[in-house]
Amino acid sequence: MTPVRQQRFPSTASPQEIAHRLGRSRRDFLREAAGVAIGSSLMGRRAWAGPAGTARKRKLIVVTFGGGARDQETFAPEGQENIPHMLGELIPQSSFFTQVTNHGILGHYVATASLATGVYETLNNFSAVPPDHPTVFEYFRKDLRRPVSDAWVVAPSNGFNRIGESDSRGYGPGSGARVILPKHLLRAASGAPGPNYDHLLHDNYETPLYAPELGGGEFELQQLERVLKLSVDDFTAHARALSSPDELSVYIARQLMRQESPSLLWITMHDIDIAHAGAYSLYVDAIRRTDRLCAELWQAVQAEPEYAGNTTMLILPDFGRDADEDAGGNGFQHHRTGDPASRTTWMMALGAGVRAGVVYDNPVQSIDLVPSIGAMMGFSAAQAQGRPIKELV
Amino acid sequence: MLPRDLQLEQFRAYPPQARALVASSLPTLRQLPLSFLPSMLRELIDYDYKFPAERSAIDGELTYLHSRSVSQLQQDFQPFAQLKLSAQLESVDWVNRPGQFVEEESAYLWSTHQLDAFREAATRYGETLRNASPPPALPLRRLGIAVVGQGVASENAKLFRKLRPHGTYFTHIKPENGTEILLMAVEARAQAHPVPYAHWYIDGGQPLRSTPTLTSVSYQELEPLRAKLLAYMQAQIARPGMGPEELRSNLARLAPGDLGMDAAGDAVLQRFHMKLFTEGSGTQIFSTTFAQWTTREALRRAEPLTLLARFAPRQRQRDMNEMISNRDLLPELDPAGSLVDADMAAYYHWINQQRLAGADQSSFLIWFEGHAQALVIAPTLPRGVHSDSAMDLKGLLALATS
Repeated sequence: MTPVRQQRFPSTASPQEIAHRLGRSRRDFLREAAGVAIGSSLMGRRAWAGPAGTARKRKLIVVTFGGGARDQETFAPEGQENIPHMLGELIPQSSFFTQVTNHGILGHYVATASLATGVYETLNNFSAVPPDHPTVFEYFRKDLRRPVSDAWVVAPSNGFNRIGESDSRGYGPGSGARVILPKHLLRAASGAPGPNYDHLLHDNYETPLYAPELGGGEFELQQLERVLKLSVDDFTAHARALSSPDELSVYIARQLMRQESPSLLWITMHDIDIAHAGAYSLYVDAIRRTDRLCAELWQAVQAEPEYAGNTTMLILPDFGRDADEDAGGNGFQHHRTGDPASRTTWMMALGAGVRAGVVYDNPVQSIDLVPSIGAMMGFSAAQAQGRPIKELV
Repeated sequence: MLPRDLQLEQFRAYPPQARALVASSLPTLRQLPLSFLPSMLRELIDYDYKFPAERSAIDGELTYLHSRSVSQLQQDFQPFAQLKLSAQLESVDWVNRPGQFVEEESAYLWSTHQLDAFREAATRYGETLRNASPPPALPLRRLGIAVVGQGVASENAKLFRKLRPHGTYFTHIKPENGTEILLMAVEARAQAHPVPYAHWYIDGGQPLRSTPTLTSVSYQELEPLRAKLLAYMQAQIARPGMGPEELRSNLARLAPGDLGMDAAGDAVLQRFHMKLFTEGSGTQIFSTTFAQWTTREALRRAEPLTLLARFAPRQRQRDMNEMISNRDLLPELDPAGSLVDADMAAYYHWINQQRLAGADQSSFLIWFEGHAQALVIAPTLPRGVHSDSAMDLKGLLALATS
């Protein structure tokens, strides 16, 4: 047998070299398409005083561009049509990191848990278990003495219900974030799912049967009204007008911002993972939707007095997906090969304390996120194994 | 247990030809590391149900391994031998359940950050094998044909974008009788070169007609098997404690008889049909995914000389559990989305074809069914160009194969 002819990279390139080239190709594309600068920029950092007195007001939102998305459907030239909002609206305001590598397990729950702890977790991707190491929410609340209402997670239903807090000694139950699973909430609010809501209850193909038992700090239906100031009727009526689970997540996140104004808000998108069903059109549709939702979320930040001007938003995929050329995979459908395309992603930072319109090529790891957030917000991520990203702190 | 402890009687559950192969290879197999051997046994255990091309590859691999001295084998497999596995993995019955071992090994390698090292070792080993046994000459140039867009009326679709840089894009194709012309051309190749499993017709919907000279697989004809598999999945879902990984393992253990397949049929093809649904993701619910995965697996496993894949509209996306329940016998279709799916699937068809021997001489043709757009990749045609020459599918095929 002969090797595939359409190699994107020479077969002699190491995974590190390929990852670096993926990053560089993103940078070159962004420079041409969005007119952003490279590395250190003459443009100033967004005004952010930073001392302890003002740190209480700083807000930070993490959005995982969920379900794994590849370059060729996002930042490569042929993918630009799928991300008009990020490209036209968000990139010019952001610091963009072209080479974020995930060296851990490429399953969505375990990878998101790794993002949230700063340690490559090894838990079972399909089990409703908490991370082994303290989460960013626990560090944040313990070090800064924040109440439970100040850290929230909005996540899809499959397994993410335990991501708010760890099993780690000195942290654990009651010390982390509250978790809202909008699909669970909708099922509870609407009773048995009917034709009005089926479209919001789509799950990814790998876990169609998995409905974890509620445990940990999930949001209960009775608190819809008390916390989100939403009646069950209003919630279900709004839900009927939405088109996907991630739409529902963003709707809930906006309610949270309005009613609770958490300082640390983590939103996990997941529509893109429909790719596992092998339908390319559904995968691309989900990327376009996620692009729009990220922009809407940023607009909501600007519109909320509690958030406007003092919020940093970080957007990053949990990982990529397999390359078309990798014989071990089936292209966009999965993320099973561990090839550079599935491990190498990007991160966009925008808002308070972030330089606008700058692209950074230097490699960072996904486990650097938590220490960076710690440095930005003034807490120590003591057990995290990553390092603060110096361009963000 | 470790490979050095292997005894022939441990293979008594293997089918006859597989057992005979093991018997003649045992001294060599004992020298291979545990991180590698079960993945080889996973192929060997199914030897009796493999396509000729797969058997030839296994035979070639064993011949190569037999030709190596003890020290050469140690050197060849050093990257695998350096991987550290757990005692728990050693206790798995990897002789009789090599597939289960490979799944568990994969999870272990991920969790211990050794997957990249395994991947590198496997890639290097694959290259060594390819260099050791050059592929035989083909009796004719390979031809791939993809027919996409069934049920789409609009002419405005921007198609073949990933393939255009590699071939000539035609915009004035006369569509009359197009599918029949293509099918007859595939049949003519099969009649001229009657090699078993070398000429395939895959249809994501209802087949155009009976094609006894071809290896034919269609979504519609496999509907009874698909329905049984979905019913099995539903029953599994209802079991307490069932999760996706358990389901996947249970699916992998199914035999054709478990799904009511006729014991008198073609055993090789029956296993192939079953695995399309038990090993594929999405093949059970989306016909476009079925056609793409079937094409990929046919190319990877049978290495056909000719493969015609025709895509049909898949059902519109609904709640996953609802689609698995298979209650709706006439689900709403999504022709426009299916065209996008098929366009990408055709790109993968071409990539997978190019992984096979004779890639530099092979041809590929894709046609928007019932419309004027087509593209041909062939050694004789220019790349990245556009042609407005008017011709029918017969003329286009002649260009592709000349």
